[in-house]
Amino acid sequence: MLLPLSLAACGGGSSDQGSGSGGDAGTLTIQDYYNDDPGKTVWEGVYNACAETAGVELDIVHVPGSDLISKVLQQAQSKTMPDVLMLDNPDLQQIAASGALADLEQFDVSTDGYAEGIVQASTYDGKLYGLQPITNSIALFYNKQLLADAGIQPPTTWDELKTASAALTKDGKYGLALSAINTYEGTWQFLPFFWSAGGDEKDINTPEAAQALQLWVDMFQAGSISQSAVNWTQADVNDQFKAGNAAMMVNGPWQFPSLAESGIDYGVVPIPAPTAGAPTVSPLGGETWTVPETGNPDKQAKAAEIVKCINSDDNQLLLAEKNNTVPTKTAIAEQYGETNPAVKGFADLVPDLRARTGELGEQWPEAATKIYTAVQEALVGGKSPEQALADAQNG
Amino acid sequence: MSTRADAGTLASASDAAARPPRDGVQPPSRGGRPARSSARTKARIAELAFLVPALVYLVLFFGYPVVKNLLMGFQEYTTKTFFTGEAPFVGLDNYSAVLSSSLFDKALLNTVLFTAGSILGQFVIGLAIAVFFRRSFPLNNVLRALLLLPWLVPLIASAAVWRWILDTDYGALNRALQLLPFVDGNPAWLTSTSLALIAVIGVNIWLGIPFNATILYGGLQEIPEELYEAGALDGATGWRAFRHITWPLLRPVVTVVLVLGVVYTLKVLDIILGLTNGGPANSTQTIATLSYVRSFKEFDFGQGAALGNVLVLLSLLFAVVYLRLNRKAVDE
Repeated sequence: MLLPLSLAACGGGSSDQGSGSGGDAGTLTIQDYYNDDPGKTVWEGVYNACAETAGVELDIVHVPGSDLISKVLQQAQSKTMPDVLMLDNPDLQQIAASGALADLEQFDVSTDGYAEGIVQASTYDGKLYGLQPITNSIALFYNKQLLADAGIQPPTTWDELKTASAALTKDGKYGLALSAINTYEGTWQFLPFFWSAGGDEKDINTPEAAQALQLWVDMFQAGSISQSAVNWTQADVNDQFKAGNAAMMVNGPWQFPSLAESGIDYGVVPIPAPTAGAPTVSPLGGETWTVPETGNPDKQAKAAEIVKCINSDDNQLLLAEKNNTVPTKTAIAEQYGETNPAVKGFADLVPDLRARTGELGEQWPEAATKIYTAVQEALVGGKSPEQALADAQNG
Repeated sequence: MSTRADAGTLASASDAAARPPRDGVQPPSRGGRPARSSARTKARIAELAFLVPALVYLVLFFGYPVVKNLLMGFQEYTTKTFFTGEAPFVGLDNYSAVLSSSLFDKALLNTVLFTAGSILGQFVIGLAIAVFFRRSFPLNNVLRALLLLPWLVPLIASAAVWRWILDTDYGALNRALQLLPFVDGNPAWLTSTSLALIAVIGVNIWLGIPFNATILYGGLQEIPEELYEAGALDGATGWRAFRHITWPLLRPVVTVVLVLGVVYTLKVLDIILGLTNGGPANSTQTIATLSYVRSFKEFDFGQGAALGNVLVLLSLLFAVVYLRLNRKAVDE
C-alpha cells in the first residue's frame, strides 16, 4: 500500500523538475529588490507583459534591498547570475567594473531621447551597461497647515529656508527634518545643497562646498533641525514629518503613498537654491536594468529585449504613474509633468539630474564616504565646515 | 592526513554494511585474534575515524575562513575578484593603507574604551547580581531566569528598542530625566560625539550582564557552604567573607569570564551598527565596524580583511593569556 504511493510521489517530483527548471532557453530569471506592494505588483505586470512579447517564460526573484549587492557578488562568483538584473544606479559602476555585465550596444539598445545624467549613470568606461526607465530625486516637502498657521511661504532660497525653519521651530516641533546619517543616504541628501553651491566630488575641500555645509551647520546650531538627524534614515525623516514633529522635510516621491495614508496635507517644492533664480542641481535616483554575462547568447539577446521593453515609452509612463516617479526620456517626462501636477516639481528636474557616479565612476563610494564624514564632523564633531571638509578630503 | 582518515571511515563503513551480523559480535572476536598488532592498528584507525567529523568541521568552518581571511589581507580583493576570480597579491599595501588612515587610531582607541568599559560594567554588575542570588529568597529562581532575557531578545530588536529609549527628543530615558530637578536640557545620547560611546557601552553592559552573572553564579555554587560557616565563627561575615572567602575561591572562574568577555567584546558589531552605525562623526567606530564598512560598504575586501586580522591578533593575545592562566589554575 505504501510503496505505490511513494513511487507516485517520486514520479510527480521528478516530472515537475523537468518542466520547471530544465534550463530550456525559453525561461529567463529577472532579479530586483521590489519586495513591497503596490510597487511589486506593478513591476511584475510589466515584466510579464514584456516576457509575453519576447516569447519567453519568466522566473521573477525579489531580494531584500540591503542584500542585493552581496547576493549579486555571490552570484558572480558561482556563475549563477540572473538573466536580467536590476541595480541601484550608483552601484552599476562597481558591478560593470567587475566585468559581470554585458555591453548593451551589441543588442542595439539605443539611448536616444534620454536625459544626459541617466545615460551617464549607466555608462562605464564609455560603454552602456544599463537602461533606466524611471527616476526620482529629492525635494522639499512642507506641511501646508503648519506653514499657513505661521504665515510662511515655502522657501525658494537658502536664506528663506533658514528663516522659515527657524520661525517654524516652536512648540516642540522642528522647522526642518533631513537625514544627515553616516551612510550614502546622508550623502545623497546633502548633494543638492553641495552641488547647487558649486561643490564637486573630485575635491570636496573647496569654499563652495564649505558654503553648503555652513548652511546645514547654521540650521543645526539654531536648533531648526533636531540633532537626531545625524542618526535618521530618510524613512525616519518621513516618520517625523508624518507625526507633525517637523514642518518641512527633504525627501523623495517614494514617500507619497505613506504620506497619503497618514492624511497629512503637504506640498512639494524644489530644494531651495543658494540665491534667487540660481539652479538647483539634484542627484539622480532610481534603478537601472542590466544584462549580466551569463555565457548564453540566446538568453542574453532575449534579456536585452526585456530591458528594452521595460524602457519603452508606454512602460516608462505606466511605471512612473504607478510608482510616483518620473520617466527618464526628457520628452516623456515633460508630457508626464503636464498631466501629473503632483510630481511636476520632480519632472522638471529630469533634464538636469546629476548622476552620482558621473564624474568618478567606480571611485564614487570613496567620495561619498568623505562627504558624509565631513557633514557629520561639522554638524556634531565640533569642526568648522572648512576643517571638516579638508580633513575628510585628506582621509 | 584527513584523506587517510577519510579512507578509514569509508572502509569501516563498507565493512559494516557488507557484514552486518558480525558487527554486533566484534569485541569478543577481536580478542581471539592471533595478530594483536593488526588489531591495535585497526583500533587506532577506528579512533582516528571518530576524529574525522570534528576535524572536517573545524577545517571547513574555522580553518578555511581564517586562512582565507589571512590571505585576503594581502590581496587586492574587490568586486572584480568575485567575477574574474583574480585577486593579485599586493604585499603589505592593505595593512599600510589601513594603519596609516587617520581613522585607525580613533577606531583602536574606541575599541579599547568600548571593551574596557563594557567588561568593567558587565563584570561588576554581574558579580553583584550573582552574589545577591546566592541567598535564598522567594522567587529567586524566577528572577534568575528573567535575568537571561536580554540574551534571548534578538539583538536587532533590542537595538531598535534602545534607539527609541535613547532618542534625544522623544526617548523614554530623557522623558524620565526631565522629571528630575537637577537635569537641564536633553542629553543627545546617540547623536553627540561625547555621549554616543558611553551610551553604546551602556547598552552593551546591559547585554553582557546575563553572561557574567550566569557563569559567576555557577562558580559561586562551587564554594562549599562550610567555609562561610567556619568564617562566620571567626567573625568573617559580609564584606570580609567576600574578600577572604568568595573572591580567592572564585578567581579561576573570574579569569575565564574576563578573558572570554574581552574576546567577545572586541568583535562586537551588531549592537554598534544597530545603535549608531559607528557615528556620529565616527565617535563609535571600532575596528570591527570599520572592517565591516571597508568590506561591505566600500567593497574593499582586502582592507576589510586586514582590519579583521588586526582584530584576530588582538583576540589571540587574550586567548593566549587565557590558556596560560587556565593551565595555571588547573595545575594549582
